[in-house]
Amino acid sequence: MRRGIPLAITFLIGLFMLVDFFVPHYRVSDLAGEMKQWGTIVIAASILLGVGNLIRVHFHKIRRRRDGWQYSITTLLIMAVMFAFGGPWGTIQEGSAFNWMFLNMQVPLQSTMFSLLAFFIASAAYRAFRLRSAESGLLLTAAIIVMLGRVPLGQLLTRALPEQATLPWLTETIMAYPNMAAFRGILMGAALGVMAMGLRVILGIERSYLGGEK
Amino acid sequence: MSGVSGFEKFLKIDRRWIFLAVGVAVVIPFFFPLGLLVDVTPPVQSLYDAVDVLPPSSQPLLLAIDYAPATLPELEPMALAILRHAFSRDVNVAVMTLHPAGYGLAERAGLQVAEEYDRVYGEDYVYLGFQPGTSAVILSLGVNIRNVFPEDAYGTPLSEFPIMDGIRNYDDIPLLITLAGWSAAEAWVYFAHEPFGQEVGAGVTAVMATDYYPYLNTGQLVGLLGGMRGAAEYEGLVGHPDKGVRGMDSQSIIHMLIIALIVVGNIAYFATRKSKKLAG
Repeated sequence: MRRGIPLAITFLIGLFMLVDFFVPHYRVSDLAGEMKQWGTIVIAASILLGVGNLIRVHFHKIRRRRDGWQYSITTLLIMAVMFAFGGPWGTIQEGSAFNWMFLNMQVPLQSTMFSLLAFFIASAAYRAFRLRSAESGLLLTAAIIVMLGRVPLGQLLTRALPEQATLPWLTETIMAYPNMAAFRGILMGAALGVMAMGLRVILGIERSYLGGEK
Repeated sequence: MSGVSGFEKFLKIDRRWIFLAVGVAVVIPFFFPLGLLVDVTPPVQSLYDAVDVLPPSSQPLLLAIDYAPATLPELEPMALAILRHAFSRDVNVAVMTLHPAGYGLAERAGLQVAEEYDRVYGEDYVYLGFQPGTSAVILSLGVNIRNVFPEDAYGTPLSEFPIMDGIRNYDDIPLLITLAGWSAAEAWVYFAHEPFGQEVGAGVTAVMATDYYPYLNTGQLVGLLGGMRGAAEYEGLVGHPDKGVRGMDSQSIIHMLIIALIVVGNIAYFATRKSKKLAG
């Protein structure tokens, strides 16, 4: 019974949303529209649940002095500060301390973390990109063409050649044909997998989302 | 033998030298710009053309600023260039975000360009804000925008804005552009283009661009901006070179440096391997 009700709700709503896709009657689409709105409300509420869970996890970590517990203090402290400023004075209003902290602390910090990738990619390319086989040779050639073709300095190198021999043209050709063909295959495989998973959930075969079962 | 030992040393070079070279290569063009021209590729031209045919002072372009600070350096130049293009042609714009960290960034981009072009809030552009639940939000926008955003980001009902008069759902949005550093662009294709026939354009990071060519080929995306290069191309088309074009100088040198490192690394690797074979 405890599992039967959620499974029945999932089956009925899942089936109804499928019907909505294929039946363009206004009664069906009105009700489906209403359900989509419920979806946004449920997801918004789940954010509160997420905040509660974050506090609980870090609080336990601090209490039990687990590895890196000091970082948990920082996390909770910063979250409390952002709440304290964002609650009463708003988040994006002009002159809001929350917005100031977001734009002047979080934005440069996150951008910096992401930009470190350039350093690691350069180092990894030097150490790991080796011409060991025909396949790696193919990858290396494509990578060099695309890297050169994507920047103006690379374009300059072949500007005097006929269009079909220029690096930008070769780059676009690699992106638009072999790359696209490979990705289309991957996408189709993934889409079939998603469809199968959706059916399994609607039919109650896949129940891991209910939790509590191995 | 000493040469071989030199190659071996080269293979085991301290990575901090590479980091230093990358740092120098990034910084130098900011002081000594190369001023290189960026050719326009077909995916960028298509997106530009799609914005260029939008009627002025009419139904708004919906710009979804779905990026976070991590991908901001690549995607914000795209947002600014698209907004400049729209505002320079008096095209109305509604800005929104599906990413919680995009909330402040979307506002900043909209405000900055609106001030440059003296656009009036509520008449020429509006900021709808953020709603959680990517797919549910996109689907609900197809039913009624007011179901998802009854008010703008500052709490004013949408009914008070002239720009939103008669705007109910995707039927009243001629073009939607998403700028995303995650799978939001795919979600817009799946849940806005497919069920509702919404025209969708996208701007994504350079590493993500390869994933989106299938959608471009099928017409599910009207155009695509890939990374800083895409932003630079769009800036060139708009005639307002900015961060995208400036960043391309650094990117040019970095790409050259990485290629040089790969070539040198391979020469050192093969020279070392050959010498080891000869040594038995």
